[in-house]
Amino acid sequence: MEQLYLQLQWLPQPPHEFSESLKAAGSDAASPGRELRALASHALNLNQLTKLAKVVTKARSERRPLDPLVPFRLALVSNSTTDMMVPALVGSGLRHGLALDIIHPPYDQVAQAVLAPDSVVNVSKPDAVLFAIDYRALPLKLSLGNAEGASAVVKGVINYLEALRAGVKANSNAICIFQTFPAPVEPLFGSLDCSVPGTMKSLLREINHELSQIVPSGGDVLLDIAGLAETVGLATWHNPQLWNMAKLPFSDELIPLYAEHVARTIAAVRGKSRKALILDLDNTVWGGVIGDDGLEGIQIAQGDARGEAHLAVQSLALDLRNRGIVLAVSSKNTDEIARQPFEKHADMLLKLEHIAVFQANWNDKATNIQAIADELSLGLDAMVLLDDNPVERGLVRKLLPQVAVPELPEDPAWYARTLSAAGYFEAATFAAEDLKRASFYQDNARRASLQTLASGVDAYLASLDLTITFSPFDSTGRARIVQLINKSNQYNLTTRRYNDAEVAAAEHDPSVFTLQVRLKDIFGDNGMISVVICRPSGDRGWEIDTWLMSCRVLGRKVEHMVLREILKHARAADVFKLNGTYVPSSRNGLVVDHYATLGFTKVHEDESGLTSWELFVEAADPEIAPMEVVELGFENKDATPV
Amino acid sequence: MEESEIYTRLNEVFQDVFEEAIEVTPQLSAKDVDGWDSLTHIRLILTVEKAFKIKFSTSEIGKLQDVKDLIALISIKTRA
Repeated sequence: MEQLYLQLQWLPQPPHEFSESLKAAGSDAASPGRELRALASHALNLNQLTKLAKVVTKARSERRPLDPLVPFRLALVSNSTTDMMVPALVGSGLRHGLALDIIHPPYDQVAQAVLAPDSVVNVSKPDAVLFAIDYRALPLKLSLGNAEGASAVVKGVINYLEALRAGVKANSNAICIFQTFPAPVEPLFGSLDCSVPGTMKSLLREINHELSQIVPSGGDVLLDIAGLAETVGLATWHNPQLWNMAKLPFSDELIPLYAEHVARTIAAVRGKSRKALILDLDNTVWGGVIGDDGLEGIQIAQGDARGEAHLAVQSLALDLRNRGIVLAVSSKNTDEIARQPFEKHADMLLKLEHIAVFQANWNDKATNIQAIADELSLGLDAMVLLDDNPVERGLVRKLLPQVAVPELPEDPAWYARTLSAAGYFEAATFAAEDLKRASFYQDNARRASLQTLASGVDAYLASLDLTITFSPFDSTGRARIVQLINKSNQYNLTTRRYNDAEVAAAEHDPSVFTLQVRLKDIFGDNGMISVVICRPSGDRGWEIDTWLMSCRVLGRKVEHMVLREILKHARAADVFKLNGTYVPSSRNGLVVDHYATLGFTKVHEDESGLTSWELFVEAADPEIAPMEVVELGFENKDATPV
Repeated sequence: MEESEIYTRLNEVFQDVFEEAIEVTPQLSAKDVDGWDSLTHIRLILTVEKAFKIKFSTSEIGKLQDVKDLIALISIKTRA
């Protein structure tokens, strides 16, 4: 799983037309800042970051404005080769809204660069000086078994680093960013290296500890590179071949990750860290779909592997809240049903009191996230959305590019780690007031009002390359049909349950019209997402006995396309009227207006809320949604004229 | 791996590293290309390693003079 880190897997893959878009931003755009940031917000390798940085250099040389990027001058002093890191830093800075200008003194001139008042670094008046030095630059002398000697070595190193800091303060008063030092992997004794004073491991541990105390207390910034190297593995970090050949301080494949960490630290210094985490619910905060699986059916308990994965997400969210990160919910659900686990499920760690804004409705997520941001009076660039559904993630990235939306792997076991790896909530300082911030926003899961962003949503959906496939019931689809009929609660007009034999009977009855519907998009195959059964009723009529759909594909006008398909076959069967019924249940409030939306006319309503509807086939012309239609298996299957 | 396939992939690698279409020929070497300095050379070698899923030793890299040498090395490494 070190690939998560090496390949920045929380970021989406760059688009195929990355190079072309980059060229366009580089040559045409008068103010390419926004576009460059969008391109940088992908999982880029070293060559791609290098190309990005060239465009920035060119734009700068042509004096084109880079706003809204924030300019920041960073001096990079090092005992190793940093030439490859400079473009990676510039590219990664864009991702965090920074236009980094990197001052880059010659290799291995650390002391001269900061101590001489007329050095390139000091003359440039940097905003910060990054000491990108590794253990090879330190006055380290092993003093095995000699505690006194060892502490003198540590003191010597710290004095050297303090002298560098004093030089910066005297000459430019820039912020100093010091790195902790990853230990080399080669042990001397073995495990004893931890215990014997004066080994490389013991010395660096002491030095890192000392740095962790003195750097923040002096108002400067510590970048925990030792921690980063441990995360990916020290054996991956250190590459002796590249050190010997090119004096690269660590493996080339780690440069994008290193640059990302530097950039996010500078962004934190500039107050650009994110402040709120917005959680999707179904299959993110718990396993399963609350509206269909119910309180007993969702997976959230200890002892259940899937449940524990989602508990880890809750646990992380709660820890973040305790740290001062505001939590909100955005879920496609009926509000009352979505709140049930928070109120009634004993295994839930998150409670409603932890959630500042609770948006559970059937509107698109972009509209809801905008409403959450407005309600909290926080900018969209302070928001993170955690959502298992790639379509929702894509929609929010497209319509609200300021919101950070991590990619998530298939297996929820890795959700919490992926969110952590993305580092959205990196902090440069921590104060007691931070602890109170989340409760400051607390208002017991209130709801925010919506201003819909509908037009952009349609354009986004059109870009998904949807393919809808219609077939009559058949033996291969039967198991899934039976499952959907018995499981779907929310988008289900009549909630009639049928067993395998009953579904097979409908399949074989030539007077019954059946439909199984599948949907594909650019993210993959959603499988079977809708089921319809129409039975003959009266003179040339069809009664829609069953109409259900998976909520996962809600808001894509699938129901309009399903109706068009029903109408087509109704015409072929010489049917002139469709009758529909809405039978209210405790879960299907979502579809109370289903038939009204589709142009049916209400003919009856009783006191239970049951409504009956009709639609005359000849004049009906429901809206066409942008998707490719495929029909399979209808040969000789159309219902015989009634 | 066939030599023609190596050329095809090398063209992509050069395009990626130098950001311009460079006709990869056996005699091509660092002096022929603007910006082919020692660091770009390392980046080129690292990108070649990744593209062909092979690793070069330090001395192999040290002996490389031109594209002909590089192709000979790639074809040995990819033969297995």
